[in-house]
Amino acid sequence: MDAVKQYIDLFEQTKETINNHSTDIMNSCREEALHMLKKLGLPSKKQQKYAHTDLEDYFGPDYGLNINRYPIPVNPYEAFKCDVPNLSTALYFLINDQYYNNEPHGTKYPDGTFIGSLKKFAESHPDIAEKYYGRLSSKENDGSVAINTLFAQDGFVVYVPKNVQIDKTVQLINVLGSETDFMINRRILVILEDNASVKLLICDHALNEVNFLATQVSEVFVGEGAMLDYYELEENPANTKRIASTFIDQQKGSNVMASSITLMNGKTRNNTYITFSGPGAESHLSGMAIEDGNQEVDNFTFIDHKSPHCKSNELYKYVLNDNATGSFAGRILVREGAQKTEAYQSNKNICATDTSHMFTRPELEIYADDVKCSHGATVGQLDNQALFYMRTRGLSEDEARMLLMFAFMSDVIDNIRLEPLRDRLRKLVEKRFRGELAKCRGCNECRPEPK
Amino acid sequence: MLDIKNLHANINGKEILKGINLTVKPGEVHAIMGPNGAGKSTLSSVLAGNPAFEVTEGEVSFYGKNLLDLSPEQRSWEGIFLGFQYPVEIPGVSMVNFMRAAVNEHRKYKNLPPLSASDFLRMMREKREVVELDNKLANRSVNEGFSGGEKKRNEIFQMAMLEPRLSILDETDSGLDIDALRIVSEGVNKLKSQDNATIVITHYQRLLDYIKPEFIHVLYKGRIVKSGGPELALELEEKGYDWIKKELGE
Repeated sequence: MDAVKQYIDLFEQTKETINNHSTDIMNSCREEALHMLKKLGLPSKKQQKYAHTDLEDYFGPDYGLNINRYPIPVNPYEAFKCDVPNLSTALYFLINDQYYNNEPHGTKYPDGTFIGSLKKFAESHPDIAEKYYGRLSSKENDGSVAINTLFAQDGFVVYVPKNVQIDKTVQLINVLGSETDFMINRRILVILEDNASVKLLICDHALNEVNFLATQVSEVFVGEGAMLDYYELEENPANTKRIASTFIDQQKGSNVMASSITLMNGKTRNNTYITFSGPGAESHLSGMAIEDGNQEVDNFTFIDHKSPHCKSNELYKYVLNDNATGSFAGRILVREGAQKTEAYQSNKNICATDTSHMFTRPELEIYADDVKCSHGATVGQLDNQALFYMRTRGLSEDEARMLLMFAFMSDVIDNIRLEPLRDRLRKLVEKRFRGELAKCRGCNECRPEPK
Repeated sequence: MLDIKNLHANINGKEILKGINLTVKPGEVHAIMGPNGAGKSTLSSVLAGNPAFEVTEGEVSFYGKNLLDLSPEQRSWEGIFLGFQYPVEIPGVSMVNFMRAAVNEHRKYKNLPPLSASDFLRMMREKREVVELDNKLANRSVNEGFSGGEKKRNEIFQMAMLEPRLSILDETDSGLDIDALRIVSEGVNKLKSQDNATIVITHYQRLLDYIKPEFIHVLYKGRIVKSGGPELALELEEKGYDWIKKELGE
């Protein structure tokens, strides 16, 4: 595949520069990734897992990369004046794939906690970084993950030591800014030791309408009894492509809420992998995609019930307008011995136009005999009876459609455990359905119009 | 206010209404009775603008406007209200948001500013009392999980909120026990005035013990075959619809 060769060549030419600007632990994973990429290439559409996402289309075009780590002249605080109302977060930025060196003021974390640059963390906590970095991602035979491992030079880390609870929500904004077509390779590492807890909100905002390709690989370790909220919110212009792989490993009795919300995008592929490595763990996985134009959203999830007494609950919903395409594939594997597993999956979709397409593929594989599992998928249209009923009360057709689409998404929003985020999402989703979000760029929706 | 002339309507190519003529004036209450399948619900759907039905012939004017040219929402703004036989459940849309949107759309049409939150809630409270609708229902999703009686009371509550000039109540009595029937009927009677009119569509006489219409029409096979005063309803109750069939020579 030509696209792959282009990346292999680029890496071999620039390897030294990449390594010089990065850190030993990240560098140590590159050769293995290179080997894997050479052997496997990128997954093709012939593979069921990527049946509805053409990675050649993602990786084929020519993008610039910031291998020399030139500073990017963006002041994110200027670009993101609007904070989440009522949600006071500790705010961090990755500008393209560079960590923006400005710690949120007034935020003091309990001793031992580290939230910030992955590169710095690898230097100050080499033992921990080495123990976790690349451990989950290297096991996945996926060329897109390998490309990220090859080129990622920095990223974001959240490390919460044993028994430490972080009360303030940690928010990471991935700012994409470039005047020319650009590729971003960022890395996220989240480590929660036993009984630790943190809430993390990751937002994607591209500032320009050039062609962006953002790859993101997140490795998330949730220790015994630890509790993690992991929300991702994408609001990107139509030229942005995003491919994100999130690997979550859960130990005994841990609890994770993971949510990926695509409000505005170009093309998006989200892979979410959850492994129950210890018994009694629980995962709530949800997703939402609102699409129009020629947008594409493809969510792939894989939940590996390796241990007994674990519970997973999955809910993904899509509303597709215009010529949008949505895909959802959810695989649940209940291994031998994973008795008393509870695994539920639901994917519901509305194709609001004749020219939108939805592909859904639930997959349940069970090798234990004492389990409760279910899955369901539906694709439908807006309820004509309800539309008529609402119109007889004086609601215009557009308003009635908007209310129905909003109502359809309400359970995904209600699932979110962070109340201020829930409130904000209600507003954003409503604006999105009213078409008001499209006028805004990035997170600037609260910004006054220029005079 | 309402003038229906020679109205014909189809659904899926099948003719259901075969030439309806009816005139309604302000302050009047009409009842349309008839056996199952006569076209009673079709008539109410067509008047409210249900896009599933196709009008093939005839005219309907409402205060001089051609009703058939108007969308369902425009008819609502003009003052037409349809109380559904089977009110639709809308999960995820709360009654409060639904009614706020509806009331404000009506106000917009009348060039009035939207109601403030407190004025709107006061209005909700007042109108709820008309049909003794529980406050809890107002905070739930539209009709979701409502009992049969609650759904019908909710229809009359919405009617009270929107203050229509012409209310068409389609089988509002079906599925009601005697207490609910009384509450719903009292609600309708309280909302009655010299300026508005009501068309009650029903299969049975019993609703008419509570809502006293001046005019009774019998709809049969898509036409109004007989009209009269309140005594006609009693006669129907006594003799059944077979009597009409015999009169028509069937």
